[in-house]
Amino acid sequence: MKEDVFVNKTLKGIGVSSGIITGHVYLLERGKIPVKKTTIKDDQIEKEIIRFRTAVKKAINELNSVKQSIPDDEMRRHAFIIDAHILMLQDDYFFKEVVDTIKDEKINAEWALDIVVSRFLASFENIDDLYLKERGQDLKYIFDRLLRILVKGKTPVIEATKKKTARGIIVAHDLSPADTIQLNLNKISGFVTDVGGRTSHTSIVARALEIPAVVGTGNITSLVKNNDKIIVDGDEGVVIINPTREVQREYISKQLRLRNIKKEYLKIAGLKSETRDGFKIKVGANIELLAEMDIVERYGAQGIGLYRTEYLYLSRKTLPTEIEHFHIYKKLAENKKMEYITIRTLDIGGDKFASQIEMSKEINPAMGLRAIRLCIKEVDLFKTQLKGILRASAYGPLKLLIPMVSGLDEIIKAKAIIKECMEELEHKRIEFNRDIKIGIMIEVPATCMISDMLAKEIDFFSIGTNDLIQYTLAIDRGNEYVSYLYEPLHPAILRMIRHVVDVAHAHEIEVAMCGEMAGEGLYIPVLIGLGLDEISMNPYAVPKAKKIIRGIDHSYCREVVSEIMLKGSSKEAEFILRKEMARLFPQDFIRCYEE
Amino acid sequence: MSMVEGEFTIKNRFGLHARPAALFVKKASEFSSEIWMEKDGTRVNGKSIMGLLMLACPLGSKVRLEVEGADEVDAFSELGKLIEDGFNEE
Repeated sequence: MKEDVFVNKTLKGIGVSSGIITGHVYLLERGKIPVKKTTIKDDQIEKEIIRFRTAVKKAINELNSVKQSIPDDEMRRHAFIIDAHILMLQDDYFFKEVVDTIKDEKINAEWALDIVVSRFLASFENIDDLYLKERGQDLKYIFDRLLRILVKGKTPVIEATKKKTARGIIVAHDLSPADTIQLNLNKISGFVTDVGGRTSHTSIVARALEIPAVVGTGNITSLVKNNDKIIVDGDEGVVIINPTREVQREYISKQLRLRNIKKEYLKIAGLKSETRDGFKIKVGANIELLAEMDIVERYGAQGIGLYRTEYLYLSRKTLPTEIEHFHIYKKLAENKKMEYITIRTLDIGGDKFASQIEMSKEINPAMGLRAIRLCIKEVDLFKTQLKGILRASAYGPLKLLIPMVSGLDEIIKAKAIIKECMEELEHKRIEFNRDIKIGIMIEVPATCMISDMLAKEIDFFSIGTNDLIQYTLAIDRGNEYVSYLYEPLHPAILRMIRHVVDVAHAHEIEVAMCGEMAGEGLYIPVLIGLGLDEISMNPYAVPKAKKIIRGIDHSYCREVVSEIMLKGSSKEAEFILRKEMARLFPQDFIRCYEE
Repeated sequence: MSMVEGEFTIKNRFGLHARPAALFVKKASEFSSEIWMEKDGTRVNGKSIMGLLMLACPLGSKVRLEVEGADEVDAFSELGKLIEDGFNEE
């Protein structure tokens, strides 16, 4: 029996694409090809030069076909890097240096290439900033490609994944767009990387392919070798290296269970979201990338209840322009399957990282200068995005959602800025929807108390439960000592939601919920009973929500809500709810045996 | 001998990295003139991306653009504008 090191070694990362898979590691290594160094005779010089020339041509062809196969916009944004790489390969100066080195030193092509590249790299090292790093990486990238071609005739990763009949799990330090695009995606069953986050390239691709992925594991590439068996759990963000039989069995049954559930859910996805007694509630999706639209459609969301725009600001070095905003929102607007698309304006701050945007350090950023507060202070920043949204509103049912409002003045100011934007567009004769619906997030408890005043100024409310619960109960969810106090069924929270809904309906405006609470199946009867017009959630949660909505009566939900609202503790409320849901949906909810 | 030349400051935040260098080379290659860029005594071919990257120009560095040939005036003004505009990165 072969000896495995790291048996059952568990790594924790960020689960960025749902699902579980067990498979063999396909390690994507770079820059680890040994350079074969030999001296050559005079009559071999011409042959080495031709070898080098052929390798360069091949590399250019490879990159050109990579460029052509780039499937969607998100990735196309990275295409300029491929252009730069092609230019580097076509560079006469570079080519001549290598050829001269072959001639002068009488050495083989890969050795000469190694010398020239290290000379270039050395000259880059005069400066020690990000800039240097970036240039060095580009050069190393083409060096690596050329070397692989010289040694093996091709870039082997592509070959391996193309040839392999069994599907493998790609393990890499990080995947560049160019790497991903040339993998044979049908042969990949999962991704694991050392670095990355929810919006990194690997994550986007994995979600689009609907295969499990865990990123940010730290050092998986140094722990595994090719063909090691690993389990990837994209829901929990866990990777297990060389699992024992028992562990494998456990995961296989978990995987089968998930697969069956998914199959069932996809059947429900296209059905109407209506209770048995005919009460309609909209089910929307929360997303942040255009690439997620396919999933949104397949999993049956009626609209986008929350389109987060922070990603536009974070994944780049410079601020997005009006045109860039416009193009993205226009693509969203043009999707004919969506009944509505709610775009939330910039909500940087708090739990979100603002690494690329220059902001001064704040002791308590969650309650600091973020979202609408920042937008009112940095008016140009706000106007750029608003004009992008307004222009796109000419192409489809866009709605505008302002986060983190705490008082009436902010709404008045925001509306004045929106009006200014409209006037500027009108002046330029650019089309937009003058009647675009403007709404605010209800996430600061103050807005709940004055919702009657706010309702007169805007067209809809969207309740963000994550922040509302934290601010109302004064608990930091990230703090392990108090996180147990994070209770969506706390009577104070239920009363606030009911109040906001009642006020909204009295003013004839709609109210949605787009926090995590909305995506949790257990709470759906409560949300129906409270009278929300829309619930919006992670797109994968939509079918389950529909299943529950379709299997329940509106009148029953109202009764349940009345009952649990009488309970002083959320523990009691949750107990009642769990018992009821286990009775109504025995497949989806586990019975509480402590009864 | 005629030649158009002038000094420019690199304005984009991350200097003359791969993307702006690629833009510059593509633009430069549209002209028949010879194009050179010089910084601190090192002079490189403006149609060579490797050359430009070798120059190592971070934000704020001063470069000298020299253009010589039939379309030197157009080339100089267009390339100069590209540098001045921070390679359209902002």
